[in-house]
Amino acid sequence: MELQVSTRDSYGKALKEIGADSKIVVLDADLSSSTKTSVFAEAYRDRFINVGISEQNLFGIAAGLACSGKTVFASTFAVFVGKAWDILRIIAHDRLNVKVTVSHGGISNGPDGWSHHSIEDIAMMRALPNFTVVVPADSVEAESVVKVAAQNDGPWYIRLSKLEVPTINGIDYRFLPGKGNVLLDGSDVSIIACGAMVHAALGAAEILKGDGVRAMVINMASIKPIDVELVLRAARETGAVVTAEEGSVIGGLGGAVAEATSSYCPVTVERVGINDTFTQSGGRDLYGFYGLTAEGITEACRRVRKR
Amino acid sequence: MVSVERLKDISREIGCGIVASTTAAGSGHPGGSLSIKNVMAVLFFHVMRHDPSKPEWPDRDRFVLSKGHAAPALYSTLALAGYIKREELYTLRKLCSRLQGHPSRHPGMMIEASTGALGNGFSMAVGMALAAKIDSRAYRVYTVLGDGEVQEGIVWEAAMLASYRKLDNLIAVVDRNGLQLDGPVEWILSVEPLAAKWRAFGWHVIEADGESVDALVRAFEAAIKMRGRPKVIIAHTTKGESSSVMSWNRKYHGSVLDREQCMQYMKENGCGGWNCR
Ligand SMILES: Cc1ncc(C[n+]2csc(CCOP(=O)(O)OP(=O)(O)O)c2C)c(N)n1
Ligand SMILES: [Mg+2]
Repeated sequence: MELQVSTRDSYGKALKEIGADSKIVVLDADLSSSTKTSVFAEAYRDRFINVGISEQNLFGIAAGLACSGKTVFASTFAVFVGKAWDILRIIAHDRLNVKVTVSHGGISNGPDGWSHHSIEDIAMMRALPNFTVVVPADSVEAESVVKVAAQNDGPWYIRLSKLEVPTINGIDYRFLPGKGNVLLDGSDVSIIACGAMVHAALGAAEILKGDGVRAMVINMASIKPIDVELVLRAARETGAVVTAEEGSVIGGLGGAVAEATSSYCPVTVERVGINDTFTQSGGRDLYGFYGLTAEGITEACRRVRKR
Repeated sequence: MVSVERLKDISREIGCGIVASTTAAGSGHPGGSLSIKNVMAVLFFHVMRHDPSKPEWPDRDRFVLSKGHAAPALYSTLALAGYIKREELYTLRKLCSRLQGHPSRHPGMMIEASTGALGNGFSMAVGMALAAKIDSRAYRVYTVLGDGEVQEGIVWEAAMLASYRKLDNLIAVVDRNGLQLDGPVEWILSVEPLAAKWRAFGWHVIEADGESVDALVRAFEAAIKMRGRPKVIIAHTTKGESSSVMSWNRKYHGSVLDREQCMQYMKENGCGGWNCR
């Protein structure tokens, strides 16, 4: 079986690697063993602050540290960024150097249920001016994103996952903000995906081959800024677009792609994601239940080609 | 009233349900569920006015599990009280179960508020107590918080309002089990002096041995009598209480016993009729 790794695992690893830079301070709110900031904490105890269970304070302290010249990585579960919205607006407005790096994105902590699933976070964070919003597809990409974020001044939202997924990118892969990656070329339909849905999109392309349909598959980890040029190329060359993300179909990657195409190249777009509903408890079977699978994406491709 | 002996037995059964359901689920939070099993037994079988045959009775006392991750303790209690079938406990955390990983509002099942994101439940409980005052109704509101949970700012915002509004129909319990997710509370972010903090916020504070059903009964009785202010019982407990494996072991905040360990627990605690699936 393929080795499967979660994106949160490479977060701890990457933080430890870049941690020698004394400007880096890492914060967590009593979830360090889950977000993997614990790996940094063990190596650089004096630059790790656990603020306790207080997410609003987490980002307030982060903002203050960033105002004082620190490069701050502040972590909790994705769903809890909502608790600190007001502070996040300040971080965005003042372009503070805070990397909001969250784990358990989407429905990846399935059994915990809706109170712990984050389905609207991509839409929320995308709506904040100045934020770079990234959803890495695998552990290689996650590691690169964290390192590149540390090199770039300004607020970032990095959404990681607990879900273990196969690695898609080669070891020499380097993430570039604002750039998508074509993983598979095709002319009949394009699938633009992020996070764990990238692997599912590749699976869908495989199934579609059986129908004689050649799908273009794009990993769009950089949701903001989005790679408009690549989105338009996909729209132009295939005439039909499917987006796939582990989050609401409203305002996330699907929204970003629809915004870009509608302005310059209006084609039919089908959005695969959580259909404007709260999600329930479950295991990995949740992905099938909500259609966030290769099969679900395949169906969307068939639909979009008929319209 | 139910005898203290009977309450102890109910508490033991709640523990059986917690372990049986979390092991069947393969995930969950048994440590912080076990530490409140005494509190749950005393509340639902002695203190609270409620009626399983009329679950939506408007004057029922309200219960809000603010530390929502202890849902298995609530569900097991509801099963023993007759709100749900015991068998349903084995569906915990599974697809299409009513027993979500964290409590989801369901008044007909005595789940008054959706919790899981820490801090919020306490604030909602204050709102419910306020509603009772506005409507001149006699029901009381009970809520249980974690000792790590009180680090959330909203807890103190709500606490300030509750005393200012003289909500003496509100009784909170802080489960002082000493551990939070990343380790001992006093190492992560000290909450001491905890009793003095609550007092400074205008609350009447009662400290109790949460491992003694007897002491909890007396604490709740004293709390009910006290008028004019909201009341908080700081219950000193042990996370993972009643399990030789889980007791004061931070690992079992968020992981569960395997089948073999579960069977061991059942043996240690005389859990007849419960399964390790
Ligand atoms: C707002 C929020 N932040 C973080 C979490 C994740 N979390 C779940 S339980 C827990 C620790 C709770 O500690 P405590 O309140 O002491 O509970 P107990 O020891 O009784 O289990 C944390 C951080 C959460 N559920 N909600
Ligand atoms: Mg605790």
